[in-house]
Amino acid sequence: MLKNVSHHTIDVTGLNFSYPDGHQALQSVSLYVSPGEKVALVGPNGAGKSTLMLHLNGILRPSAGLVRVGGLQVTEHNLGKIRAWVGLVFQDPDDQLFSPTVFDDVAFGPLHMRLGAEEVRQRVRSALAAVHMSEYPERLSHHLSMGEKKRIAIATVLAMDPLILVLDEPTAGLDPRSRRSLIRLLAELPQTMLVASHDMHLVAELFHRMVIMDKGQIVADGVTESIMDDTDLLEAHGLESPCH
Amino acid sequence: MHVNLVDQYVRGTSTIHRLDTRVKVTATLLLILSVSLMPAGKWVAFAFLWAITLVLTAAAGIPIGSVLRRSLIALPFALAALTLLVTVPGPPLLELPRVGWTVSEPGLVRFASILLKSWLSVQIAIILAATTHLTDLLWALNSLHVPRLLIAIISFMYRYLFVLAGEGFRMARARQARSAAPAGSQSTGGNLAWRARVTGWMVGQLFLRSYERSERVYQAMAARGYRGQIRRLDPPPLSPRDLMLGALPVTAYAVILAAANWC
Ligand SMILES: Nc1ncnc2c1ncn2[C@@H]1O[C@H](COP(=O)(O)OP(=O)(O)OP(=O)(O)O)[C@@H](O)[C@H]1O
Ligand SMILES: [Mg+2]
Repeated sequence: MLKNVSHHTIDVTGLNFSYPDGHQALQSVSLYVSPGEKVALVGPNGAGKSTLMLHLNGILRPSAGLVRVGGLQVTEHNLGKIRAWVGLVFQDPDDQLFSPTVFDDVAFGPLHMRLGAEEVRQRVRSALAAVHMSEYPERLSHHLSMGEKKRIAIATVLAMDPLILVLDEPTAGLDPRSRRSLIRLLAELPQTMLVASHDMHLVAELFHRMVIMDKGQIVADGVTESIMDDTDLLEAHGLESPCH
Repeated sequence: MHVNLVDQYVRGTSTIHRLDTRVKVTATLLLILSVSLMPAGKWVAFAFLWAITLVLTAAAGIPIGSVLRRSLIALPFALAALTLLVTVPGPPLLELPRVGWTVSEPGLVRFASILLKSWLSVQIAIILAATTHLTDLLWALNSLHVPRLLIAIISFMYRYLFVLAGEGFRMARARQARSAAPAGSQSTGGNLAWRARVTGWMVGQLFLRSYERSERVYQAMAARGYRGQIRRLDPPPLSPRDLMLGALPVTAYAVILAAANWC
């Protein structure tokens, strides 16, 4: 599944970003994720997590600073390649699943990579199998439950065979069982991963490294265990250790 | 939570359900075309056409009663032809009291024919809608070279109608939950002006939410490689059997149409 193993890195340096209304959402953010590493991104509401993620495949462009993915700078010219490498799953699955049927949605990425019909069908099959939803291609997106939608949303990017997965709050709104099986799924996947989450149990369980953002800045970056032990740091940024 | 708006589609495995959607769409259009070309006043021919649609309905396994009930939506539109009663010249049939307009015989014939035609056409369209899922319909329109932009608009509408209905429903519920009655009063939710204001505000909110959602959906599409052109899988080849099955009712209609023009 993994091609170019040495290249699927995320490398953000000195990233600044302001929204058109003037709100500065990111301030000199620097982050390096090495190939195959899984990193959690935590922080209070409005910290800038989603904003950072939208930079990783060129949906938002830096006001200043550099974003490189797989060794390539995110520019108009590289956009096609970078979007094929980076699978971005949005916070709300109703944004991610925009087609009437599950099949159409999962096929959307591969079709827009201009793959052949047989290859597209094959990719839809294996992506749905990877999220354990093989029986779902004919289903209508609007009749799915929240947990099913989240899984299908992940399948829509897996079908593009990405090197890097960027997931925005994958476990939000899930019941304990769906959450558990999603965690198992994420542990199975081999890709480089950056996952934004408020779910500290998920972070503690799945990620060796975590990054804390607050007010548009990265305020901590290190081994999950030691950060989780630093209750003062967590409290200062409105977070809670999972042991409480 | 999600809202279940009713789909017209009725699950089934009849021959008509399994017919190639492209054939179904084309046959439906041709049938409706021949209905609209029927000369006025050929009642026997209309009876034959109706008999065929009944056979099709039965073959599709849809309850005839429900088709008839749903086909009533044609009525209000056909009423637009009501003026024909008094505007077509011809031997007077009766005089309307007070206004002094006369209903002519050819006027009545034309009006009744239009009523019948629209009612028949709607029945034919209902057979298509009841045996074809909207997603298949969109796919067929695509392979029949309907502009992709149009198809994309219909498919987004279908997808987000449900999301939007859900949002509207949640907002209405939130309003109700906060419309408490003051102690001793019977009515809840304030006076009419207040309710109108809240409703207006809710519609505005709904618009803003949809607008913001459209932006996020566009981002999700762009993230998966969309660059301004929607791509779809190419359709499989048409089977001769499906073509022949589709040609059957169309031929029958064409024969009746020819006969009605002849006699
Ligand atoms: N389209 C926009 N226009 C203006 N400001 C925005 C826009 N989107 C987000 N913001 C602002 O940017 C800041 C960062 O938002 P972002 O969505 O990245 O936060 P987040 O860390 O993902 O929060 P959450 O945990 O709630 O998802 C917030 O203050 C937010 O209000
Ligand atoms: Mg967010």
